[in-house]
Amino acid sequence: MREEIIVSGRANPYIDPHLNIWHWQIPLYLFLGGLAAGILFFAGMYTIMGKEKAYSTAVSKAPLIVPFLLILGLIALFLDLKHKLYFWRLYTTIRIESPMSWGAWVLMLVTPLSFIWAAIKVREVFPRWDWKFDVLKNLETFFMKHKLILAWIMVVSSVILGVYTGILFSAFNARPLWNTSILGPLFLASGLSAGAAMIMLLSKDHAERTLFAKIDIGIIAVEMFLIVHMFMGFLASTQVQIDAAGLFLGGPYTASFWIFVVILGMIVPVILEVLELRKYKIPVVIPALLVLFGSLMMRFLIAFAGQESRWLY
Amino acid sequence: MRYAMAIDTKKCVGCSDCVVACQTENDVPIGYCRDWVVEVTNGTYPQLEIEIRSERCNQCSNAPCVRCCPTGASHIADGGIVLVTENKCIGCGACINSCPYDARYSHPDGYVDKCTFCIQRIRKGLEPACVATCPTKCMYFGDLDDPNSPVSKMLKIRKYTTLIPEAGTEPQLYFLM
Repeated sequence: MREEIIVSGRANPYIDPHLNIWHWQIPLYLFLGGLAAGILFFAGMYTIMGKEKAYSTAVSKAPLIVPFLLILGLIALFLDLKHKLYFWRLYTTIRIESPMSWGAWVLMLVTPLSFIWAAIKVREVFPRWDWKFDVLKNLETFFMKHKLILAWIMVVSSVILGVYTGILFSAFNARPLWNTSILGPLFLASGLSAGAAMIMLLSKDHAERTLFAKIDIGIIAVEMFLIVHMFMGFLASTQVQIDAAGLFLGGPYTASFWIFVVILGMIVPVILEVLELRKYKIPVVIPALLVLFGSLMMRFLIAFAGQESRWLY
Repeated sequence: MRYAMAIDTKKCVGCSDCVVACQTENDVPIGYCRDWVVEVTNGTYPQLEIEIRSERCNQCSNAPCVRCCPTGASHIADGGIVLVTENKCIGCGACINSCPYDARYSHPDGYVDKCTFCIQRIRKGLEPACVATCPTKCMYFGDLDDPNSPVSKMLKIRKYTTLIPEAGTEPQLYFLM
């Protein structure tokens, strides 16, 4: 038998008995950031493909909520900081090695971009909207003229933002559950699927809803593959990662992960979407909300379980 | 110059004087500690074997906390000591998550705090408080580049181990066995 205990009575807040320095703020932001990335990605892509009229929810309506999502996310991030008044230090340096520095700068690019995109689309959704000042009207015409360039920047930066939400975790070698490069693609896929679900939720057009239901099914299939792949990787790895996977395979997070994330967040919505494509009457709000819920739960469970995973001693 | 510490697990009795000395020297807030004592028991009574280790930040040569810091607040100072610049730290917690040794904590004032090898004492030519106070003289501190420093001498003649070297951190806290 081997027993290892701290005999000097260490009880550092947020560190002992196990690490819990990141609470609801970080996973909530990762969800909002991923969702925003998903919506912006589809908006940019269908603009580039020249299908703005056919898929107007994806290109015009859904992006209107993105600035709000990002602002909520930024508030959550700010609340997470414990030395809040120094937050501007993020923007006095660029640290190539630090994923969080990347994330801060990408947000600095994506947030204004989402405002510009919402601004050039707002009159399409609210025809009576008036910009009132000539400066604003001129700006709108300027960006309208260059919207293809904007769309390209948006597609690229939204992929970076989506992947970043996973990389933030996977760069920590000290947390074995997070230390897998699968998390980048997995969180990107989850963000894209949440984006597709949000577009389905907002769309009133049958053809558009059908398209995004199909897209969602495809992305969820990729997600399932990535999840299986992640656990295969863990189980074939070192003891610390086998233990980390154990948190979800029999450990304290098993039920919540498989029920909320996999069954309710992926399998049930896929079944409902397939049924809908086969002409059964299914209210679109059910699969869409389930996908959003599953995406949110995945961030929370991986954030919390990851902080519990640790090295052997 | 490369500062390091060696701790003789055969001489340490686990009295926790190092912890108190550190808290006093560095004004560590009540309820927090920068160093701690771990007791490892192997076997079943009456066949028991005990190892006692005084642990703290490993002042890693390949420090993940410095790598992940988004502002550059965590940095490597003279002699390879890992320090935090308080007025650059935003308290994001990335470094706390990145440390496999759980050696960092969030100071009640918001910034992240950790063992500094008592850099304020080293610069005056003194030993870190924990080393200076140890009643069994089980800790050795010094410059690894200097073959005559106490730590270099001990590492030359004793078997030693480091904590989780497989995490790739190149820890600079050596435990003599």
